[in-house]
Amino acid sequence: MTETTPVPPVEGPVEHSAHDDASTAADDVGRAASATEVAVPAAAPFGPPPPAVLVTGLTKRFGTRKGAVHALQDVELRVEPGEFVSLIGPSGCGKSTLMRLIADLEKPTSGSIEVFGKTVKQARADQDYGIAFQQAGLLPWRTVAANIALPLELHGVSRKERRERVSELAEMVGLTDFVKHHPDQLSGGMQQRVAIARSLAEQPRLLLMDEPFGALDEMTRERMQGELSRIARETGAAVVFVTHSIPEAVFLSDRVVVMSPRPGRITGIVETGIGADAARDEALRENPAFFAKVTEVREALHGVPVAEGGREAR
Amino acid sequence: MSQPSAQLAGWSAFLDRFGRVLAPVLVGAALLGVWQYLVSVVQVDDVLLPSPARIWEEWEANTGPIREAAGITGTNALAGLAFGSVLGVVLAGIAAAARWFEGMLASVVAALAVVPIVALAPVLNSMFGADSEFGRRAVAAIAAFVPVYINTVRGLRQTTPLHRDLMSTYASTRWQTFRTLTLPSAAPYVLTGVRVASSLAVISALVAEYFGGPRGGLGAFISTSAATSRYALAWAYVGAAIVLGLAAYVATVLLERLVQWRLPAGGS
Ligand SMILES: Nc1ncnc2c1ncn2[C@@H]1O[C@H](COP(=O)(O)OP(=O)(O)OP(=O)(O)O)[C@@H](O)[C@H]1O
Ligand SMILES: [Mg+2]
Repeated sequence: MTETTPVPPVEGPVEHSAHDDASTAADDVGRAASATEVAVPAAAPFGPPPPAVLVTGLTKRFGTRKGAVHALQDVELRVEPGEFVSLIGPSGCGKSTLMRLIADLEKPTSGSIEVFGKTVKQARADQDYGIAFQQAGLLPWRTVAANIALPLELHGVSRKERRERVSELAEMVGLTDFVKHHPDQLSGGMQQRVAIARSLAEQPRLLLMDEPFGALDEMTRERMQGELSRIARETGAAVVFVTHSIPEAVFLSDRVVVMSPRPGRITGIVETGIGADAARDEALRENPAFFAKVTEVREALHGVPVAEGGREAR
Repeated sequence: MSQPSAQLAGWSAFLDRFGRVLAPVLVGAALLGVWQYLVSVVQVDDVLLPSPARIWEEWEANTGPIREAAGITGTNALAGLAFGSVLGVVLAGIAAAARWFEGMLASVVAALAVVPIVALAPVLNSMFGADSEFGRRAVAAIAAFVPVYINTVRGLRQTTPLHRDLMSTYASTRWQTFRTLTLPSAAPYVLTGVRVASSLAVISALVAEYFGGPRGGLGAFISTSAATSRYALAWAYVGAAIVLGLAAYVATVLLERLVQWRLPAGGS
């Protein structure tokens, strides 16, 4: 397992009981938040629109040759339509796994997930979400343009429309001059931007993004952050966004979900209070309220109990 | 400062490029020289070992028949290669989709891979009659089928989990996944199979001619010329067979290059 985390790795195993002992502020927030979330009634016809993502009592164990890996434990999460939620937590705490479960690429061990009130299988069949994986995952034999157009092509969008959409998207990720290149001619960050463009191609109502900006330089990263929040606002898409950067999470999100590893749990949720309509710009990055939220997330992250001497779950 | 080293690099690149062409040519010329020397100076029996000059004479005198024979053998090889390759790709595609089919075919392919062409040729030639080229083409097809099938089966397994996940998030159908992901991933492997098969098809078509079937073709002429002690002519036909085999090989290598250029590997 990789341990390349900007936060001190929570190397020590944490038994689930430790969760209750360590009554940190973050924990309280987490429990309070999940409690209120569960109380919200499920979507009824003519009622309020169903949440973009509704995760209830989700547990995921992987059976491996060396025994079971307890990747997620009792995860509760609700993401409203148009809401921007970041997942943050040390490496191996199950962020990608949660993402893959929502995308119907893994099956839960127990618990349930709904996407826009449907099963994840149905949501995948209906193309309700766009996804950008932790790795770019481009098809090496396709040009940048053809990679971006892949979902459009599979879903029968006309050639003309595809061309227009591709040039829009390429412009947005700053790769207009590279549309005819192949992925092996691009840097890692450029490949990642192609993958982002591809995930946006069909203007999904839900965007699942797993550390999409991990391979970008700081300048491009800030520009892409601005672009992403603009796109999310304009299209009204809900976003579930995994990142290792606390400022990035705060800058983009309505809520930041803090997770801890082994087994992966949600240990805190921080409302950024920035508001969907507030401009995500340079001024915000220098705003004291912004710094306060960054500190709050950092404390929630570090407040996670460290090495309580339990045995590892695997 | 960088001048001499750049010059040196230039030279070595030059030597490298020309060395690749020049070296085999030099070796070939040297061999021919030694051969000619053995015959004309050391006086090795002309019947035992005709000199290159004599063989060249025969070649010049018989360009028409040689070309015709090469045409017959080449056509047989090409027909066999085409049919065997298509069959190999199609069956490998089915094998990739259905495990039980692959298991069923595995023993057949293993058997075909070890059956020597010499064993098949007489049987197939008599089966399809003395004036049909079909037996020879069947032999070439069987020889070509094996490497194409084996390589394609391997190629069709080259998709990465990440790419499979991606296609699955697009709710893509099995056929779409096959067309947009599995087949392009397999393409370089298929072509490697075809490259190996091209040489095998030529050899098989040629060897099959030794065992009955219609008169005509390089193999048939090599055996008749040798049987009537016209060794120089036999060697001329052998030379034509070599040229034919090389042509098939070079053509498939170029095809492979072309596809590799169109489908660059790497990236992620
Ligand atoms: N397919 C799998 N089989 C077995 N174990 C797995 C599998 N996928 C993930 N895991 C385990 O589940 C845990 C969570 O992994 P996950 O990839 O979700 O972490 P992450 O939070 O995304 O980490 P990172 O920040 O490094 O990307 C890890 O301990 C990992 O080893
Ligand atoms: Mg991850």
